[in-house]
Amino acid sequence: MRKFYTLICLLVSLNIFAQDSSLLKMIDNSMSINMQNTYVTGTFKSIYIINTQSVEMTAKNSLLFSIMHRFGKINDGGYNFFGLDNATMRLGFDYGITSDLSVGIGRSTFEKTFDGHLKYKLLKQTDGTDKMPFTVDIFSGIYYTSLKSDDAALDKLSYDISFLIARKFSSKFSLQLTPSLLHYNLVPTVADNNNVFVTGIGGRMLITKHMSVNAEYDYVFPNQVNSMKMYNSLSAGIDIETGGHVFQLHVTNSQGMVEPLFLGKTTGTWRKGDIFFGFNISRVFNFGHSKKK
Amino acid sequence: MKYYILLLFACMSLTANAQLFSTRNGFVGFYSETPFENIVAENNQVYAILDISKKTIAFSMLMKSFVFQKELMQVHFNEDYIESDKFPKANFTGSFTEIIDPLKNGTIILHITGSMMMHGITKPFSTNATLIIKNNTLDGKSNFKINPSDFNIEIPSLVRKKIAQQIDVKIKVSLHP
Repeated sequence: MRKFYTLICLLVSLNIFAQDSSLLKMIDNSMSINMQNTYVTGTFKSIYIINTQSVEMTAKNSLLFSIMHRFGKINDGGYNFFGLDNATMRLGFDYGITSDLSVGIGRSTFEKTFDGHLKYKLLKQTDGTDKMPFTVDIFSGIYYTSLKSDDAALDKLSYDISFLIARKFSSKFSLQLTPSLLHYNLVPTVADNNNVFVTGIGGRMLITKHMSVNAEYDYVFPNQVNSMKMYNSLSAGIDIETGGHVFQLHVTNSQGMVEPLFLGKTTGTWRKGDIFFGFNISRVFNFGHSKKK
Repeated sequence: MKYYILLLFACMSLTANAQLFSTRNGFVGFYSETPFENIVAENNQVYAILDISKKTIAFSMLMKSFVFQKELMQVHFNEDYIESDKFPKANFTGSFTEIIDPLKNGTIILHITGSMMMHGITKPFSTNATLIIKNNTLDGKSNFKINPSDFNIEIPSLVRKKIAQQIDVKIKVSLHP
């Protein structure tokens, strides 16, 4: 009923102002009454914050080709040209089945790892009204390490399931929380957990319309990986967007580019200078059928 | 509830002694053609209103309602070019001198002058529109060109060749009393 009264007030006020530019006022008012929710877009520029998946999806009917590189450690010294002599890379393809569901495959040279994943958008942050304050994606991946070892019979599969919870606080600033559960079919010793919980936080700040500064940190809860000295992954970088391309340049202490590697098996530490310079380049190809010629 | 609104609108238009014709689903299309890429963006949720007695007309639309064939273009349009977070709407108000009799079927050319607001910039603007009057409905149509640079819309050098200097704009509305 209260809504009804405000409506009447509104209409009365319209009536009073029914002069020249009031025409515009009238339609603007009727517009705000009938306004439907619009969703926030462009929380991140890329489907990756740096290593972690961002809430962004590959657009419907488009194929995203990504080339990711991590060079060697900067502290390898001048003989290895500060790491640039040793590159690892990942090639990946992502396809948007709908605007809320995408599927991807990839192959990393690091431990000769194959990966496949699905990403689904569960919730979308709404504009202005804050009816839904967050965008939430679910991401799940499967990984196969094909590097030959003596124990040929061992299971080299691992899995990841993550929730990507992000909010675009302003047109410039976005933050994402990424709780993940990793499962390794094989762990090196009994002291290691097969299931590893990790929580990541990452964000971006636009510095120009086409460039942003990104950072992410992934915290592995203690006493899960014990047989080797592993560190939490910390990365920082910039995104540069030019039309259909996004270039991401960054420094990180993780050499792996898929979840089981950078979340649970980061052996580098920033303190000793185990820093890897790297980049992600993505290109979108559209396969959408245009409606009109 | 909707009927109440309609009813109130009807009463209001009577009391204000104005003859208003309006729509909530007018059409505005942006077309950019270059040898590299043709871009089409269409908005079917344009609000338009025309006052026959005062000879004024107004349009208003949400920039986020423009639909592109490629999702990524739509994101870039909203994020980078039109900045729809900061400037959610575009609108136009104008007046004309021609007399419209909604009960007399026929076609007239309206010479409309007024001001257009987009991307936070207001510019004087005039154009011609064809108006077909049929059974108390006004079908309006207009085509013109706009320059993104007039509205302070920056296009980075890397994509300049893919976006036309002048954007063709097509407008189509069917206004009802």
